Amino acid sequence: MSGARRALILHAGVVAALFALNFLLPAYHHGNLARIMVLASYAIGFNLLLGYTGLLSLGHAMFFAAGMYGMGLSMRYLGFTPGPAFLAGLAAGAAVSLAVGVLALRTAGVAFMIVTLMFAQAAYLVILLAGRFTRGDEGFVIRQAERVFLGVDLSDPGNRYLAALLLFAACMFLMLRLIGLPSGRVLVAIRENEERARLLGYDTFAHKLYAVVVSGTISAAAGAAYGLLFGYVGATFASVQYSILPLLWVLLGGAGTLIGPLIGTALMFYLIDLSSGLTSAYMLIAGVVLVLITLFAPQGLGGELRRRLWPWLP
Amino acid sequence: MELGPHIFLAVIEGAVTAAVLALMASGLSLVFGVMRVVNVAHGEFYMLGAVAAWFVASGVGGAGATAFVAALVVAPVAVGLLAAAADVTVLKRIGYDPERTIVATIGLLYILQQLTLMTFGPDARPVAPPFNARIALPWVEWAEAGPALYWPWGLSVTAYKLFVIGAAVAVLAALWAMMARTRLGLTMRATQLDREMAQAFGIPVERVYATVFGLGAGLAALAGVLIVPIQQAHYLMGGEALLLSFIVVIIGGLGSLAGTLAAAVLIGLSDGIVSVFFSPTLAKIMATLLVALVLVFRPQGLFGARGR
Amino acid sequence: MSSAILSTRALSKSFGGLRAVQEVDFELPEGEIRALIGPNGAGKTTFVSMLIGRLEPSAGSVVFKGADVTGLPAHARVALGMAYTFQITSIFARLSVEENVALAARRRLGRDRAAVAAEVDRALGEVGLGPRKGQVAGDLSYGHQRLLEIAMGLAQRPRLLILDEPTQGLAESEIADFQRLIRALSEETTILLIEHNMSVVRALADRVTVLNFGEVLAEGTPAEIHANLAVQAAYLGTG
Repeated sequence: MSGARRALILHAGVVAALFALNFLLPAYHHGNLARIMVLASYAIGFNLLLGYTGLLSLGHAMFFAAGMYGMGLSMRYLGFTPGPAFLAGLAAGAAVSLAVGVLALRTAGVAFMIVTLMFAQAAYLVILLAGRFTRGDEGFVIRQAERVFLGVDLSDPGNRYLAALLLFAACMFLMLRLIGLPSGRVLVAIRENEERARLLGYDTFAHKLYAVVVSGTISAAAGAAYGLLFGYVGATFASVQYSILPLLWVLLGGAGTLIGPLIGTALMFYLIDLSSGLTSAYMLIAGVVLVLITLFAPQGLGGELRRRLWPWLP
Repeated sequence: MELGPHIFLAVIEGAVTAAVLALMASGLSLVFGVMRVVNVAHGEFYMLGAVAAWFVASGVGGAGATAFVAALVVAPVAVGLLAAAADVTVLKRIGYDPERTIVATIGLLYILQQLTLMTFGPDARPVAPPFNARIALPWVEWAEAGPALYWPWGLSVTAYKLFVIGAAVAVLAALWAMMARTRLGLTMRATQLDREMAQAFGIPVERVYATVFGLGAGLAALAGVLIVPIQQAHYLMGGEALLLSFIVVIIGGLGSLAGTLAAAVLIGLSDGIVSVFFSPTLAKIMATLLVALVLVFRPQGLFGARGR
Repeated sequence: MSSAILSTRALSKSFGGLRAVQEVDFELPEGEIRALIGPNGAGKTTFVSMLIGRLEPSAGSVVFKGADVTGLPAHARVALGMAYTFQITSIFARLSVEENVALAARRRLGRDRAAVAAEVDRALGEVGLGPRKGQVAGDLSYGHQRLLEIAMGLAQRPRLLILDEPTQGLAESEIADFQRLIRALSEETTILLIEHNMSVVRALADRVTVLNFGEVLAEGTPAEIHANLAVQAAYLGTG
């Protein structure tokens, strides 16, 4: 069986398993998994840039928040219904990532990290500054009555779970398709040896910009979905913590693997969940995991899986 | 108070900020200059300095100069040693790879911050300054006989704040002297210029790195100790300090100590003055965007040389 | 009399006070194999970097296939038909040999998987790396990695192939294979090679350009340049 077919079966299997869990999980874990799937979609977006293109952004929260606020503000002030509001979130994410990409991609490496961090900080502060509209740190709630899409009440746990699964599956299969295309292979080439890719005739700036915009838009989709499905929009999601978390999830799960984001997000979610039961300093576990991964497992769990067992893992 | 004295006061306050900022930023700049890595946990070393000062002050018993002097000595040394330990256990193992170092120091940031939360708690706690005399400052007004000094009410500075400025200047002068004149400074500069060459000459590069990393952290911690009688010690105080240090180091040119100092003065003073006219949030937005745009369009900073 | 596929007019590059390349006029007729020689520091790599677009000239122009490309970025020049192999081998070490060549071919052939696969097999066959298709490129020996880079150049079907010290580090037998490869290739492609190995130059080059201190010192057939050897003995190192 070819590697591509095995990959398709594995990932379809994961989606099927997640679908089955909808009916099997107790309420608490059911709600958690819905959250995990939306956040894993965010991680998938981040992974496109880090794992496949080799660009480490420390500011992805601005894309997630662009989606969330694009959706939330259009519902609150423009009276959009969920469908158009979601699209508004996507558009906001695409616009922000295009603008940031055009500027930030003039730098590389450490400078790129700092530039993205700074832009994200500025975005967070703008949200606070415009508190009259955005309600700042306090945020605002999207009422249950508004979160009905095509007659489906999204606040119902079952519907919410399936919507999250739909988002996750869409993002994952989109990624599977993108990395198989010639343009996706060029991203990997840029990650491996950008100068060589350039001298094979590829416009590396254009390709990197493409990666930033797609990555940002997927992240925005996750942000819009999160706001819509869990009914809350707030500035915390634009803070630096939400730029560090996808980095953590992707590194843990395995950068540059498709399945990594889900593994990393789920694992970290439960690790933080468990430790927040023990102490209010639960981010300690995030710090420890980050240090341990950089020291001992830079490939992450998915990467180790690919290295030792399944070399065909995309 | 009229505008003139108001701005004068802002300048003085800004000078205090600049002094503390210069100390902190020179630590960050030193680490980047010699080791070529960015330490994202740098703000936490600053915070640890402040927190350690609180612990020492309450341990030594009561306010007063002795407690403070003890803190001034103990905290930077303790934090410096902690940083050196982190360097040897973590950074050395990952080979000082720039991107992995950033990720590892982000992890270190969370570890230090959260451990402080667990031991020190979430509240802000004050430390009394060792001396607190108020000194009134003069301003100029135009009387019929020509310009004359008068002492506007409200225009004053505490002796402690003047001390902070003086202490920072002294330490930075000592740092410069060490870098330029001593063997240790020479070793550091040699390692910065060419790591392999330095190794070939028998310089223990790894020990130099641990020393530099510890020194950088010590400078940050010292800044924390100096600021804590003015601001309170709080487990989250590292974040803003880190941002400001980044701004200073990037605008001044990564690795350039002179540029860092000039930028610290610029940022410290303008922070004070800008806050008079704009909301702090808007000022912060402008500062962060400035850093980003400097990196995008003028990566050598305002003072660095191109293509290092 | 074939027309020039590549020419430069007064091409210059200064780094601060150092004038690395000075007012070089250069013409390369189509179909020729030209060797560019000169001592270390003569400006050969700087000159070639300006040809391919890795370096911006301080003055002067580069014309390729009749069009002024001086302002074009490197990737655009490659898309026009130039190909370049690095002095220090630059491949995608963690990717397979096959994927390395496929990346080179895909820019032209796009999504046509069958065409890309065929091109990969052809290019690898020409350099003799066919059996190693599935190997990780970084695991290859140094000589094989250099051949891989040439295969990547071949897969682009360039009009002009620029090789920067291609035989450096190769064994004698590998050099002989390389010469055969280049001679076969020159039927379809113009070749410019920077070389230190004078026997390779004598065996392959139709004409030789000698650079020294950033200027063209002499141009001619290998025999003519060799005859000039007495004068240039101080400049030319290896033989």
